[in-house]
Amino acid sequence: MQSVLQEIGINNYIYLSTILFCIGIFGVLFRRNAIIMFMSIEIMLNAVNLLLVVFSTYHQDAAGQVFVFFSMAVAAAEVAVGLAILVGIYRNIHSIDIDKLKNLKG
Amino acid sequence: MDVSFLLIILLVGAIATFLSGDKWASKIALLFSLAAFGVSVYLLNLYNAGQNINLIKQWVTIPKIYIALGADGLTMAMVLLTTALTPLIIFSSFGNSYAKSKNFYALILFMVFAMVGTFLSADGFLYYIFWELSLIPIYFIALIWGNGNPQSRKKAVVKFFIYTFAGSLFMLVSFIYLYQITGSFLLSDLIRAQLSTQEQFWIFLGFFLAYAIKIPLIPFHTWQAKVYQKAPAVGTMLLSGIMLKMALYSIIRWQLPLAPLAAKEYLYYFVGLSVAGVIYGSIVALKQKDIKKLLAYSSLAHVGLIAAGCYTMTLDGLRGATLQMIAHGFGVVGLFFAAEIISRRYTTGKISEMGGIRIQSPKFTSMFMILVLASVALPGTFNFVGEFELLYSLAQKSVTICIIGGTTIILGAFYMLRMFQKVMLGEKNEKFFADVNFNEGLVMVIIIGVLLFFGLYPKPIIDLITPSLEEAIKVINRI
Amino acid sequence: METSLLLFLLLAPFAGFLFNVFFGKKVSRNVSGTIGTIAVAISFGIALNFFFQINSTKKPILIELFHWMTLGNFNVGFSFLLDQLSILWLLFVTGIGTLIHIYSISYMHDDENLHKFFAYLNLFIFFMITLVTGSNLLIMFIGWEGVGLCSYLLIGFWYKNQEYNDAAKKAFIMNRIGDLGFLIGIFTLGYLFSSVDFTTIKTAVASGQTVDLGWLGFGTFCLFIGASGKSAQIPLYTWLPDAMAGPTPVSALIHAATMVTAGIFMITRLNFLFDLTPNIQMIIAVIGAITSLVAAFIALVQNDIKKVLAYSTVSQLGLMFLALGLGAYEIAVFHVITHAFFKACLFLGSGSVIHAMHGEQDMRKMGGLRKYMKVTYITFLIATLAISGIPIFAGFFSKDEILMVAFHENKALWVIASLASIMTAFYMFRLLYLTFFKEFRGTDEQRHHLHESPSLITFPLIVLAILSTVGGFISFPGHSWLNEYLKPIFIRAREEHHVDTTTFMLMGVAVVGALIGIGIAYSNYIKKSQVPGADNEITGFSKVLYNKFYVDEIYMAVIVRPIYAIASFSKNFIETALSGFIFGLGKVTNMVGTQGRVLQNGSVGFYLFVFVIGTASIIAYLFLAQ
Repeated sequence: MQSVLQEIGINNYIYLSTILFCIGIFGVLFRRNAIIMFMSIEIMLNAVNLLLVVFSTYHQDAAGQVFVFFSMAVAAAEVAVGLAILVGIYRNIHSIDIDKLKNLKG
Repeated sequence: MDVSFLLIILLVGAIATFLSGDKWASKIALLFSLAAFGVSVYLLNLYNAGQNINLIKQWVTIPKIYIALGADGLTMAMVLLTTALTPLIIFSSFGNSYAKSKNFYALILFMVFAMVGTFLSADGFLYYIFWELSLIPIYFIALIWGNGNPQSRKKAVVKFFIYTFAGSLFMLVSFIYLYQITGSFLLSDLIRAQLSTQEQFWIFLGFFLAYAIKIPLIPFHTWQAKVYQKAPAVGTMLLSGIMLKMALYSIIRWQLPLAPLAAKEYLYYFVGLSVAGVIYGSIVALKQKDIKKLLAYSSLAHVGLIAAGCYTMTLDGLRGATLQMIAHGFGVVGLFFAAEIISRRYTTGKISEMGGIRIQSPKFTSMFMILVLASVALPGTFNFVGEFELLYSLAQKSVTICIIGGTTIILGAFYMLRMFQKVMLGEKNEKFFADVNFNEGLVMVIIIGVLLFFGLYPKPIIDLITPSLEEAIKVINRI
Repeated sequence: METSLLLFLLLAPFAGFLFNVFFGKKVSRNVSGTIGTIAVAISFGIALNFFFQINSTKKPILIELFHWMTLGNFNVGFSFLLDQLSILWLLFVTGIGTLIHIYSISYMHDDENLHKFFAYLNLFIFFMITLVTGSNLLIMFIGWEGVGLCSYLLIGFWYKNQEYNDAAKKAFIMNRIGDLGFLIGIFTLGYLFSSVDFTTIKTAVASGQTVDLGWLGFGTFCLFIGASGKSAQIPLYTWLPDAMAGPTPVSALIHAATMVTAGIFMITRLNFLFDLTPNIQMIIAVIGAITSLVAAFIALVQNDIKKVLAYSTVSQLGLMFLALGLGAYEIAVFHVITHAFFKACLFLGSGSVIHAMHGEQDMRKMGGLRKYMKVTYITFLIATLAISGIPIFAGFFSKDEILMVAFHENKALWVIASLASIMTAFYMFRLLYLTFFKEFRGTDEQRHHLHESPSLITFPLIVLAILSTVGGFISFPGHSWLNEYLKPIFIRAREEHHVDTTTFMLMGVAVVGALIGIGIAYSNYIKKSQVPGADNEITGFSKVLYNKFYVDEIYMAVIVRPIYAIASFSKNFIETALSGFIFGLGKVTNMVGTQGRVLQNGSVGFYLFVFVIGTASIIAYLFLAQ
């Protein structure tokens, strides 16, 4: 494990997760499809998870990897709830385009 | 027996009145208010005999809040004022008929309950709850049973509610800040807080906003005249006779002891502001066309002087303020009742449409005259005793301020006699004006009797309040 | 014993007041009047008793009823002091009061509110007794404001007439201006001496307690303002002539004989304080002299019989203040007493005339009344001689002593006072000639009804005329009983001027002056038979005088109007602005809400965008901050 990390270098992991995170952000900001936005959020989440694992290995501390298990569990639950909401919305307005969800306009 | 019994009586009275029918409501309310008066006289005896009539019980553990009700001479005086005025106020309304009177009278008793609670509270949080609680009944009383155009009435009453409520929030902030430091809301704990002058100033200001709006002092008085005019007579009496005394009392009980350094540092600003209110109220009163509005501005002038006396923080000032609170309480209730009697018969409040009443109703004229004279502090009336001490306390601080404040006796005579002349004297009015009936006469006679008796023999009240005020001065001067 | 006597003295008029208020309407008119009169007569009897007592014992009586107020570090008791000064005042207040009550029974007989009139008169006597017998400044102040109240009630007695009500209100408010001064004076004395009790302060001063003379001067000046309000001195005198709107007995009792002398009483009471502040005394003397001159000037041309008497009262009060200012308190008191006799007689006489003329007060419509009203004429003549300062009549002695003191102290003041005296003689005889001499100038209808007044009216006139004749002997130059009697109330003894040639010379000058005044009046109104012209014919300086130097108009323009203007401004602009400000706060909140609504457009994309920008900027800020 150690050798792999040394071979690739910690910087590259950081670049990778940053790029993933940015992809996620842009996905959330510029797509109108709720499911794709959802996927983008998951990408952001996983970018952070990746970073946690990397640093955990780097510091020789297992706590980070434990956190990742937690966050994966929570993410799974979140997806379950979130998709259920999306299904509910689709049933009501036959669309999951977020531009059509303006009932909360003040 | 402790003071909580009084509160229970009033609360039970409010509920009983609410549950009774419209027909009996007024009588039941009167009965309970008389009972409350009896209880407070009994409590006074207990207090004078040296018995402990205080109550202190833990209410909420976190944050630490107590049900602490206590009474000293000053509190007893204010409680007696409240419970003595309540039956008079309720009785004075017997000449009017109100729709849904059970709600009306229940609200009156509930308001009195809250006001008595405010006077008795010795715990800041409890005090704040009672303080705000008293606002709710008067809001409904003025809104539902008031006079004049409902639209403008609503505007005036809502303004009053939001304005006073907003002011009180600043007081709450002060209390919370003090709680952070001392970990308790009990007055006896709060005064032990070690505060810098700067901190005290902000606390003082928080209290000041709440009280200045309630009293009201200029320039926070704009809600007053309209509400006094629009509220039913009973509401006006409750507001001017008792509710604003709550704020004046609180200055002595809470504000000055909690922030004495700030009070001393800025003494002349606050005394000056209060005295400015005296002049301003008197001058604006000169041009009022509505009798209730005129009385409202005259009240503004009088309470300005009382507040000035409080802020001098001398024994004379506090004692004069307390005496004048009682005198003003009775006097202003009498005057508003006289205005109500006139508007019952003339169905108008405009001074220009009155006149010539003296020919038709000599008894009413004599009574009204005495009340007017009491209001201008003629020696021999109770108001003189209070006003004299107040002016004396001002003179101790500054002769200039005393002279400025003293012009109230000139301007007061000016606008009151002018009003009296226009309303009562002159050629006979075409409109018929019946003399006072027995009920009306009784209320007036009791009020006049109180004002004259204590004008000549104020000793019982002076003896009651002086030890407590000396104690208050000691607390103020502790640093 | 003394306590109960005092209570009777005090409460008898009060009982009369209560009786007339509650039962006056039910009993017949005469009963109502009689009870009112008896009530005052009882007080007079008791006062006489006290007078004899103090004459033999020479000891003042102090009676404390109960503890009234607490001020700072001292108590104020509800207590009364009967000493030489207060008993003297009691005597003539209740004595003249009784006479005027008797007079009123007949004078007011046809008035529908007769019982109220007697009620108010009794109340007035009650407050006047309180004023003079109070043992401290606060009790005195009760009486002080109380008599002001009665004056208000009685001036506005015919309340249907709003002009009378205006006069009453004016009297009350002007008095209140003085009262504020009085109050501040009380505060100052309370601060300086820790007491407002006369005896205590006197003892303190006599024992040489050091006081801050600057503050004491301030205090005595304020007290003087109070006195000048009540005793109608410049600048607070304009209420007194207007006060003639009240019934004539009221003018006689309150606005000539008793209430208006309260200021002199107060200053005499506190003579030891004024002695310590010579600057204030000087002010008092100058104000007194100027008042006496100005009022005499105005009186020269007035045509209303009561207005002339009113201004003459102001003028005489000015002379008394002159005496006070020169430290000659006993002479001021002397003049108060003689003035009470002759001025009451004059007012009651004028009342008798007005009664006969059915309410007409304009002298231009009188004349020749001598033939119809013998008693009134003779008594009026005696009183006029007395006020003009003709020897052997009461006014001669008192006025002459004032002039003499002025001559010794300050020649300029003496000249002013002498001028005022000469004018007094002139306008009083002008009044006499126009009213009682020549032919009757009224309507035939009035002539037909002319008659002498009933005996209830003439009896007091006769008594007062006798007193105006012999009253001067209580202080005969050289052997003054009055000066001896009053000695205990002073601390510093004033050296008496010996009767010498200067005295006689001054007397001569005064008498010649008075005769000159009378002579001018005689030549104008008897020889040339002049009658003052109608109001619109008056021109030049006379017009200024006739309009009282336009003082009322000036006060109106300088004080009253500006106050109203400020009131209007405050009501219309400041109130609106303040109210607008508070409503404005509400409106601003409302507006912020309306604008803020736009942000909540419901677009999830927009929310997310703002969220990302916000988070990014927070992170950026945190990095940059480090």
